[in-house]
Amino acid sequence: MASAQRTIPAPQPTPETQAFWDGTAAGKLMYKVCTACGQPHHYPRPLCPYCFSDRTEWREASGRGTIYSYSVMRRVPVPYAIAYVTLEEGPSMMTNIVDCDLDALRVGQPVRVVFTPTDGGPPVPTFTPA
Amino acid sequence: MTIKGKAYIAGVYEHPTRKADDKSLAQLHAEVARGALEDAGLTKADVDGYFCAGDAPGLGALSMADYMGLKLRHMDTTESGGSSYVIHVAHAAEAIALGKCDVALITLAGRPRAEGMATGTAPRNYGAGVPDVPFEFPYGPTVVNMYAMAAMRHMHQYGTTSQQLAWIKVAASHHAQHNPQALLREVVTVDDVVNSPIIADPLHRLDCCVITDGGGAVVVVRPEIAKRLSRPPVKVLGAGEAPKHQMGGKIDLTYCGAVWSGPAAFAEAGVKPGDVKYVSIYDSFTITVLITLEDLGFCAKGQGGKFVADGNLIAGTGRLPFNTDGGGLCNNHPANRGGMTKVIEAVRQLRGEAHPAVQVKNCDVALAHGTGGSLATRHGSATVIMGRE
Repeated sequence: MASAQRTIPAPQPTPETQAFWDGTAAGKLMYKVCTACGQPHHYPRPLCPYCFSDRTEWREASGRGTIYSYSVMRRVPVPYAIAYVTLEEGPSMMTNIVDCDLDALRVGQPVRVVFTPTDGGPPVPTFTPA
Repeated sequence: MTIKGKAYIAGVYEHPTRKADDKSLAQLHAEVARGALEDAGLTKADVDGYFCAGDAPGLGALSMADYMGLKLRHMDTTESGGSSYVIHVAHAAEAIALGKCDVALITLAGRPRAEGMATGTAPRNYGAGVPDVPFEFPYGPTVVNMYAMAAMRHMHQYGTTSQQLAWIKVAASHHAQHNPQALLREVVTVDDVVNSPIIADPLHRLDCCVITDGGGAVVVVRPEIAKRLSRPPVKVLGAGEAPKHQMGGKIDLTYCGAVWSGPAAFAEAGVKPGDVKYVSIYDSFTITVLITLEDLGFCAKGQGGKFVADGNLIAGTGRLPFNTDGGGLCNNHPANRGGMTKVIEAVRQLRGEAHPAVQVKNCDVALAHGTGGSLATRHGSATVIMGRE
């Protein structure tokens, strides 16, 4: 059972996040890794939130992850699932779980990235049961 | 250097309104300010320090000092969402200890009901310049579904149940029945809570706090001034504050910033959780209370569900009476910011001025805790411990 889709507001790229949104437009999920301390992070910043080095670089994620937690918003015209997905590469990110049975989601469920169009902006990474 | 014993809460006031169609935001601030000063036995001319947060109109302290006609030598507009006012009590004590002011006034006010704000269910866009917004706002984060994700993870990891969470609302409703000003005075059962509509899984409507207009104010003074006032003095014993955020993606929703603010407050106060007779715990949602109680050390991590069940938070019968005014879940959550009312009810308890049906016997040490922002993204935790003379 596919869930109805809500209109997703467009994210506004900034110079520091443009590569991320260029990635989603090309069907790639990009994340940042700090080459000074070796740690990945999300959302992407030029300065590493762990060691404050500016030696952060973009990498492409596999797009595979698991649901860390989620909630289905029920009291709205089009119910939707918001979630934190933990990427195979480490960081967890806020997202929606789409193309799924909203009543069958569970914590720990494997998911894979799919890119969902937005209202006039670049697509956003969302996830669907793997 | 410590704030312990360096400052006293001399006046408190909770605005009686719950819907303020006929009052401006600035007027509400001024009315609660006057109420707290009258409670203390002080006048506006005595105020030389002023504290407010993001709910204040315009330029905050500047706009309100202008509106109220305050002559100040110290101001602090620390913004930490709904926990701001708990932090302000601590910062007022710090300023007084350093001689920066003698009489500190803290105000909160708001009118989300009059303005028809969809507080819990509409995503709020804080603007494209806020770094997290492009990575969160498109997904529809609301107040409710963010706290719901914390609840969902806690249930997954520790086996916490909706019935256990419901006991928090049940306890609050038992207290609210005695508060004539409470928005919701009806006593509810666990079944009532778990049978109320789901807003965002796993949180039901009755897991959520009320939306109210109004406000509150607190007056903090130096000990020499407290001694000549007629109201029972409440001593500030210790405080802690800390933000918790997403830690670059190392997200863990099972705990909150109370793991840092709590131990700091207990250490400064020189007391332990077992010494605390009454707690005001920020109750935006039932899950907020459960996680906070664990993190403050009132029970072990993961045991919050068992701790709050079976009426353990109900005054007179439970081991740890909480939010005896009915809290945000039943009484009042002015401006969608509950930290102020948490401090106020703790002061009532320490003065022995809570409703007789919920007054805690021999209440000599009380704790107030605020959680501002969102449990699932970034929030400010603030703990203040107070004592009776």
